[in-house]
Amino acid sequence: MPETGINSTFSKSTGLPRKRFYRARAHSNPLSDSHFPVPLSPSHVDYSLHYPHFFPSSDQADSSKKIKFADIGCGFGGLLISLSTLFPETLMIGMELRDKVSEYVKERILSLRVANPGQYQNISVVRTNSMKYIPNHFEKAQLSKMFFLFPDPHFKEKNHRRRVISPFLLDEYAFVLEVGGIIYTITDVEELGDWMKTCLENHPLFEPLTEKELEADPAVKLLSSATEEGQKVARNDGQTFQAVYRRIAASDQIS
Amino acid sequence: MDEEVTTESRKETEVAPALIAVHPTGHHIAVAVGPELRIFNLLNNSAVSLHDDSISGDNHFHKDNIRAIRFGAKGKLFVSAGDDKTLKIWSAESWHCILTVSSEKRVTAVAISNDGLYVCFADKFGLVWVVDLNQTSIDKKPTPLLSHYCSIITSLEFSPDNRFIISADRDFKIRVTNFPKNPLNGAHEIQSFCLGHTEFVSCLAFVPAQESPHSLLLSGSGDSTVRLWDISSGALLDTCEVAVKAGLLESNDNTEEHGHAVTDLCTTLDGLLVAVAIQSLRGIVLLSYNVSAQTLSVAKVVSIAGDTFVPTCLANSPPTRELWMVTGVSSLPGYDYPSLARVLVISGIDADQEPVVLGDDKIPGGVKLLETLQGTAAVDDNAFSVAAEAVKAAMCNLLIKKQYPFENREYRKKTRNDRKLKE
Repeated sequence: MPETGINSTFSKSTGLPRKRFYRARAHSNPLSDSHFPVPLSPSHVDYSLHYPHFFPSSDQADSSKKIKFADIGCGFGGLLISLSTLFPETLMIGMELRDKVSEYVKERILSLRVANPGQYQNISVVRTNSMKYIPNHFEKAQLSKMFFLFPDPHFKEKNHRRRVISPFLLDEYAFVLEVGGIIYTITDVEELGDWMKTCLENHPLFEPLTEKELEADPAVKLLSSATEEGQKVARNDGQTFQAVYRRIAASDQIS
Repeated sequence: MDEEVTTESRKETEVAPALIAVHPTGHHIAVAVGPELRIFNLLNNSAVSLHDDSISGDNHFHKDNIRAIRFGAKGKLFVSAGDDKTLKIWSAESWHCILTVSSEKRVTAVAISNDGLYVCFADKFGLVWVVDLNQTSIDKKPTPLLSHYCSIITSLEFSPDNRFIISADRDFKIRVTNFPKNPLNGAHEIQSFCLGHTEFVSCLAFVPAQESPHSLLLSGSGDSTVRLWDISSGALLDTCEVAVKAGLLESNDNTEEHGHAVTDLCTTLDGLLVAVAIQSLRGIVLLSYNVSAQTLSVAKVVSIAGDTFVPTCLANSPPTRELWMVTGVSSLPGYDYPSLARVLVISGIDADQEPVVLGDDKIPGGVKLLETLQGTAAVDDNAFSVAAEAVKAAMCNLLIKKQYPFENREYRKKTRNDRKLKE
């Protein structure tokens, strides 16, 4: 439990973890073989660990309820927290590579659950490398939404292959998204925005949402406002570039 | 980190295991040791001479260790590829090199589509490329097909009905992807992932189609098991702990021992028997496949008496029901030999018969074949036990993730200049 006093990692007034004790660099090397547990297959993901309110014991009696939203590179958890109250019955998970940051999100969710009984039970975080281990966490066509907010731009051309949106990784994201599922991307780096849009445009299993659909989708509004990164961009009057696409069935593609 | 490999481990991975492949008709036997390709024609009992004028200049034949060889299902093509970053496609009739394809990285696996139209190869960084053999342009460049993010791809296979391409990697994964009508645009539709192995996947083989309605896949791994999968759903049908069942390993052995990896798999007898090579076994394990129950069980352990023979590669000769095996390495530091290879044949692979390891005099092709494929008829047994160890070490270094102890990590971080370390 958190210690009391000025240097406690948790704030006494809000009960939430203090960010300055969870400082981490903005970048993390997605290529290094970090040592965190990886589920052997999606059926090995322990739902009772993440969502004890919905799954009181390890034996999943209700195995029909599955994680539906995934926030890839969830950072400090801002989006998950906003989505949690918008979709209270939907299970969501954040994936974050950085150790300290995923710890922060864990603590933040636990504190929110204590402070708001009954709420925030549907969100959780896992420390993992989503570029390598998405098939380990999600079954085929399991997700209905995937979020990629302000991913690392990896500016140098030789590092472009480390980008989280790439023609090859989109194959895996298409695999875990159901037909009709939506992928949301946003960045404040124009070149990256173009890159992500081009990758999605050229991929046979994705089609863009229409303006009307974007207007109607409540998650779209959260893209630029819900996260710390997004708020920072707004503060600096920066521009954002979003690309929101729908996963289509293979036979629908115009080859 | 990702681009550079330290010099010590590079020297160790320079040691490449010997490979063997048998033509679908059983008439030709191919062995690759280091950069050398040796082919023997059993029909006219003679060595085959290869012709390579595929590129102008002096880039004939392979210049570095060959890591993968294969005959096409139709018997018309043969491919070889490896550390010299080239893939060579040969006519299996005239033995001329039809095409040499350049790869950006070292090639680790190859596969030929069953209709003989496409050749796929995988590199050390997880990318799988496809070459269209029908393209009329002279410059047949490979195009990217799919990728396993930052993982070494150890094996590639086409499903017997040509609908899927299977790729296995060192991150324990097997990916089943739909092979499209126009693969030059990439293979984007993943059918399933076969997840369950707890170590690198080293080899794949299909249970021949006539035995089952769907395609069933066999895989061997560094976790010392052979597993059976339904590729359309990715479901794990059965796991056979071959090293335990063959008495090589205690089942409750919790040590991080990686010496019992399955190194190669080969189906024989129309898929009812599976030959398995294990790093620590001087011989092979024969598994029997129960069609109705869809399970695997150990039928026999065939030991090779006398020789130190740990097979590095297996190949089935369907017409003759013989299993061809090779052991060897590309080079052995400390020994005079440029390379080592030994070929053995097991005949009588049958549910009822006892398999027999053929003596050198009884091998098809006899002494002439052995001289051609081994480089010499006589072999030094001592050298082969060292060779087996060298191959084991090379495989571990390549495919098993290094576990740095904690103190080591802190020490390595000392040279970082981007943050202040608490002194």
